[in-house]
Order: sequence, then C-alpha cells, then structure tokens
Amino acid sequence: MEIKAKKAQAPKKVKSDRAKTNSKKAKAKISGAEAVLKCLLKEGVDLIYGYPGGAIMPIYDALYDYQKKIQHVLTRHEQGAIHAAEGYARATRKTGVCFATSGPGATNLFTGLGDALMDSTPLVCVTGQVYSHLLGSDAFQEVDVIGCTTSITKWNYQITDPNEIPEVMAKAFYIANSGRPGPVLIDITKDAQVGLLDFKYKRTTKIRSYFPLPEVDSAQITAAAKLINAAKKPLILSGHGIQIAEAHEVFRKFVEKTGIPVASTIHGLSSLNNDHPLYVGMLGMHGNYGPNIKTNQCDLLIAIGMRFDDRVTGNLQKYATQAKKIHIEIDPSEINKNVEVEAPVLADAKDAIVALHKKVKKKTYPSWLKEFRACDKKEYRKVISKDLAKLTSGPIKMAQAIKEASDQTKGKAIVVTDVGQHQMLAARYYDYSDKNLWISSGGAGTMGFGLPAAIGAKMGRPQKEVLCVCGDGGFQMTLQELGVCSQYDVAVKILLLDNNYLGMVRQWQELFFERRYSFVELENPDFVTIAKGFGVEGHTVADAKNLKASIKQMLDHDGPYLLHVTCIKEENVFPIISTGKAVDEIALE
Amino acid sequence: MENEYTITIFSENKTGVLSRVIGIITRRKINMDSISASKSAIKGIHKIIIVIKVTETQVRKICAQIDKQIDVFKAFYYDNSDLVYQEIALYKVPTEAFYQGDTVENLVRKYDAKILRIEKKYIVIEKTGHQEETEALLEELEQVGIYEFIRSGRVAIVKPMERLNTYLKKRNIA
Ligand SMILES: Cc1ncc(C[n+]2csc(CCOP(=O)(O)OP(=O)(O)O)c2C)c(N)n1
Ligand SMILES: [Mg+2]
Repeated sequence: MEIKAKKAQAPKKVKSDRAKTNSKKAKAKISGAEAVLKCLLKEGVDLIYGYPGGAIMPIYDALYDYQKKIQHVLTRHEQGAIHAAEGYARATRKTGVCFATSGPGATNLFTGLGDALMDSTPLVCVTGQVYSHLLGSDAFQEVDVIGCTTSITKWNYQITDPNEIPEVMAKAFYIANSGRPGPVLIDITKDAQVGLLDFKYKRTTKIRSYFPLPEVDSAQITAAAKLINAAKKPLILSGHGIQIAEAHEVFRKFVEKTGIPVASTIHGLSSLNNDHPLYVGMLGMHGNYGPNIKTNQCDLLIAIGMRFDDRVTGNLQKYATQAKKIHIEIDPSEINKNVEVEAPVLADAKDAIVALHKKVKKKTYPSWLKEFRACDKKEYRKVISKDLAKLTSGPIKMAQAIKEASDQTKGKAIVVTDVGQHQMLAARYYDYSDKNLWISSGGAGTMGFGLPAAIGAKMGRPQKEVLCVCGDGGFQMTLQELGVCSQYDVAVKILLLDNNYLGMVRQWQELFFERRYSFVELENPDFVTIAKGFGVEGHTVADAKNLKASIKQMLDHDGPYLLHVTCIKEENVFPIISTGKAVDEIALE
Repeated sequence: MENEYTITIFSENKTGVLSRVIGIITRRKINMDSISASKSAIKGIHKIIIVIKVTETQVRKICAQIDKQIDVFKAFYYDNSDLVYQEIALYKVPTEAFYQGDTVENLVRKYDAKILRIEKKYIVIEKTGHQEETEALLEELEQVGIYEFIRSGRVAIVKPMERLNTYLKKRNIA
C-alpha cells in the first residue's frame, strides 16, 4: 500500500460559498490542517490534549472552527498532554490523542511515548514540523522527530504532502489500537498542513505487512487445555492483556470453572476483584507473599496477557523451573522472550480464554488454595498488620491513607498513581472491586505520570471517582497540570502522600547502600498553597486522628481537590524481592 | 554459542524501515558484520540482508522484534550452510606492481579475480567470493602494496525454497 501523492488538481471554478450548498461531488478542497481534524472526527475522537507552537499553528487555526465538535485541552506542558492522553486511553480503551509543535514541543512528548510503548497504550500523537524544504537544515525548532522516536513508537511517519493525510491518519489509528496497542506519532510539515487536498476518508482495516490479530490455533488450545486438566497445583498469572482485551467477564467465568487460583501482575490488578475467593494477590518485587512463593511450587503456570517482566520474575534462572508453562499472548515476540514455555497460545486474551473455556474441566483445588491462605496469614502477621496498625496520632502511614480511601470509595474508584513507594502501597492496599481500576506507569516507571494521567482518566470516565495517588517527589514533576484541573474543572482527588523523601530511592539506599542517603531528601513547598494558587481546593492532614474525616472531606468536595498527607518519613515497603533474588526468596522484613 | 547468522528481511520499501531494523540490533550492542538492501523477486517487496555473530537464542529474538515492525512482512534467519552467498571486493593496486615479475598476475589467476580497469598509476581488481577468499587475496596483495580495499555487504539466496512465498500465500498476499 504505497502511499502515492495524488496529482494536485486545478482548483474547481466554483465560488466557495456555492461549493458548500452544491451537491457533494463539487466539494471544495480543504487544507491539510483541516483534514487532520476531519480524520479525528471520522475516528470518533472528541478530546485532544495539546500545546500549540509555530510549526503546528495551521492545525490550531483550523481547530478554532472545530471547537464545538472536538474538545481541546490545553495542558501546561507537552508531557502533561501525552500522559493525559494515556490516562484517557487506559480508562476508556479508546485511542488517546495529543498535539505538539516541532522541536521542543515534540521532544517533550518522548517520555510519554516510551511510557505508552512499554505499557501497550494506544495513542496517536500529531507533531508539527518545519516546512519540508527546510528539513535537514537545522531550521528553527527543527528536530528529527522521526529519527528520535523510532524506538519509542509502534509506528511513526512524516507527512510532507497534504494528500497523504487521510490515508496516513487512518493507518495511524488502526495501528495504534489493534493487536498489542501502542503509540503512533505522525509528524506533519507545515507546508502539508497549509496545502490543499480533496478529502476522502476510509478507515483502515488491513495493512498487508501487519497481522495484529492472530487467529486462535485449536492445536495450541488443545495442548494448553490438556496441561490444565492434568495439573495438580496450577496458578494463573493475569496481566494487562485481560484489561486490554476487555476480557474480564470471560476471564472470571473461566477462573470459576477451572477453580485455579489467580495472581495478578501490577497491571493485571482489577482483572478479577480482590475479594474473589480465587484471587490470591499480586506478583512481583513488592507483591504478595503467597503468589511469589507459590510460583516456585506450582506445577503449571498459566500466564495470560503478561510478559514476564523482570520485576515479576526476579532471578530468571530460578523462576518456576519446576513448572510447565502456558503463555497466552497476542505479541509473538513476547513468547519465549524471557521465559521458555511448553504451550504458547498466540492470540487475543479474550479469544483464547473463550476457546479454552470449552475444553477445560470443572475442578476445585481446596488444599492448594489453603496453602495460599497460610501464606496470607504469614504476610498479614509480618507486614500487613503493621502497615495498617491504626495510629491515632502523629504522622500518617501511607498504607493507612490508601486503605481509608479504599474503604470510603468502596474499592470502586479508578486509582491513578505516580511512581514510588506510594505506588506500591496503592497497588497493595486498595481493594480493587470493579474492573479496570488501575492506571499507573508500570513498564517505564515514569515519575510525573500520576496527575496528568488522572486528568485523562477522569475526563474519559467522568462518572467515576478518580483517585490520584502521588508522592511528594513525582507530584512536583508535573504539578503544573493543576491548572488544567481548575480551568476545565476536572474533579480528580489527589491523595498526596508526602514523606519528604524520594522514598523508594531512600529505601534502596537504606537497604542496599548502607543508609547513605544521597540526594533523596526534599525541601518541599507548601503544597496546599500551590494548589490554591492554581484554584484547586485542598488541605493538609498531619495527624492520624483526622485522616478519616480528611479523606471524607476530599471525596465530598465538588471539584478537584488536593489532600496533602504528612506521612511518616522513613517507612519501607515490604515484602521485597531484592535484585538478583528468586521469587521464593521474597523477604517479609 | 555464537555463530554467524544471516537475517533476511522482507519489507515495504519505506524510509523508516531500515533504521527500525538497525535499531533493534544496535540497541543490544551487537555489531553488524554486513548489511545490504535491494528489491526482491516479489514486486514491490524490499529485501534487507544482515550478517551478525550471535547465539541462536539472540537471533531468534531479534527476528521476532524485526517481524513486529509494521512495515516488515517477515524476517528469517539462516546459518551459512543454508545459504548460497557472495560478497564482492575491489582492490586498487599500483600499476607498478605488475611490472615487478609475475606475482600479481599469478595472484589474479590463482584467485580467479578480474581486472576491471587499468590506469597509468593504478589497477582495479575485482574478486567475488566468501569473506575468507577476498580476505586471503587482500593479505597477499598487501605484500606487493595496495592503495585501497572495499568489500560489499553479503548478498544471499537461501537453499530451501523461499519461505516467504509460502508465508505470503498463507496470509493471502501476493
Ligand atoms: C522520571 C523519573 N526519575 C527518576 C525515577 C527514579 N525514582 C523511582 S521512585 C523515586 C522516588 C519517588 O519519590 P516520591 O515521588 O516522593 O514517592 P515515594 O517513593 O516517596 O512514595 C525515584 C526518584 C523515576 N522512576 N522516574
Ligand atoms: Mg516521597
């Protein structure tokens, strides 16, 4: 499907006002800039995050006339725009869209592109570029955006001819949100935005070199079912793929039929409700004790839509070597990448689960499940009971703040986090009681993700409570987006867990670097005053006895709100699988 | 164990493909021994050939990542026994060297090389073959003196009947 520039036709000799009322055939040409917006409308886009500048001005000028059809949110930084688009995409399963200008506007998107690629988030990012005749001349605000973003996009393309716009944009949306989703960047030179074209749009449904949706192979299903039916101690690892495939219902039914315990990766949180009798907790470095220990004792691992990230597997050489493995995965390059498996199933998670459901026997594993519950008791005694020990005065425990917010939102809020200790505790102590509630930067661990992503999530699902859990460090990376909260009245509830430290790094320095605290202590601003300066209400809670009432006040507030929580300065997140250790060497203290 | 592998990649002929492919290899800090690109026997489909020294596990994973690129149809890897391959080398030697006995002439005969051009100051010799052969001639010519040497990337045809055709048929393309 080579994109050929159509020969520019001579403009039709029709007065422009007549052209509008005439038959459809006599449509006047439109600018490339307007075509971009029309493409977005054809793809059902009604929300864009962005930031204007010289090279994208024609598109912004066209946007002026499209404001009623497409909402544009002016973030305070392009990184805010792309993280907001990610939050929106993750919350809605739709494709997030953002705009930025050339040069620094585009480079400010890079963190978000890398983040979205790691976490399989569908985005279409449009960047302006200098005139095509200036490409390569080091023109003002020229950066080789295509060269720079090649390794952090699923696909990227530079448009230099307005006639390419409809077809390339259609491809962009198809690629971003098919197969394993990911970010696509389209760089459009200024002359292509200004130039004219006949607009005709056809959504892309096929690209000849791209096969996003593998058909379920019945032989692979049979092989997997055979392993499942023969297993004595099977364990399901549920990943992000279940959320992406929107497979929650079929997954729950499959789990209930097979009776197999479910452990989730961090992005698999809320693929099954926490209180489901077969849910046994989170995997990985700061996950729960049981699922990590039992990974090395089970006889079959059934991994669904996850990629055996090193934060999940710990030491690979000692990872579940005793177990047979089934890997259900849509991306062929993930199969046998980190862990070799006996039974790969190359398919969309939902399709695979539906096919597998028919072939598996109804079973229960009461004694196997009891082994998990015994682990839970141990973890409760050594970790959870301490984390949640009710303090009645003085600085607050992070876990306690999260638990309280969880209780008051009945485990049904969308939890959007930043990166650090508070993130791990939000993963551990929020009781996920509905589907698709977890939005966080997992693969990349991008500090600064939290607030803008929460804005995107709230705008995508305004009826949902959106709880943004941030640390004092990461919050300061993108807190300027408070301006968006107030300008557009985005009612996110920010739970700022302030330990006055880059806590996660401090924890590592304490545990692995002989307590040499090298540049991790912050001299923090008055966060509430800052929020108020942006027009966002808030208050500080510094005493544990006021925590409950403060969280209620935050949730009851109509509009965005910042609850600044003064936390205990030095607390560590446990359990932990230290670098190089095996999953069953997980330490409880 | 490391081995020499030849990766053949069939792709659309688009600007970004080559840099995507190269990025997949260089991000692993693997040096490419040779690279060449041209059209393939299938109309509109481009072929890239890259030679690297890696383990089989590495080359398998690299191919999987290359496959994943939107504009790539398919990447295959082969070890040398699966291939008929050639490289072409050019040597620029001083014309003088031909006057001193018949050393150079003997070398040209022995290596089945060709004389491409004769100038007053220099002669250009061409030799096609495997790297060891072009390398051996180079070493010998170095004894008599050499101005310039250049070797092309590997071009290769695979012995098994092209897997790509089967693959494309399965996908209902071409
Ligand atoms: C952009 C970026 N820079 C640096 C890091 C490394 N890092 C990971 S966690 C962390 C500390 C975060 O501190 P804070 O936001 O206060 O959260 P806490 O751990 O204290 O809860 C740092 C610096 C990162 N993940 N992202
Ligand atoms: Mg902190």
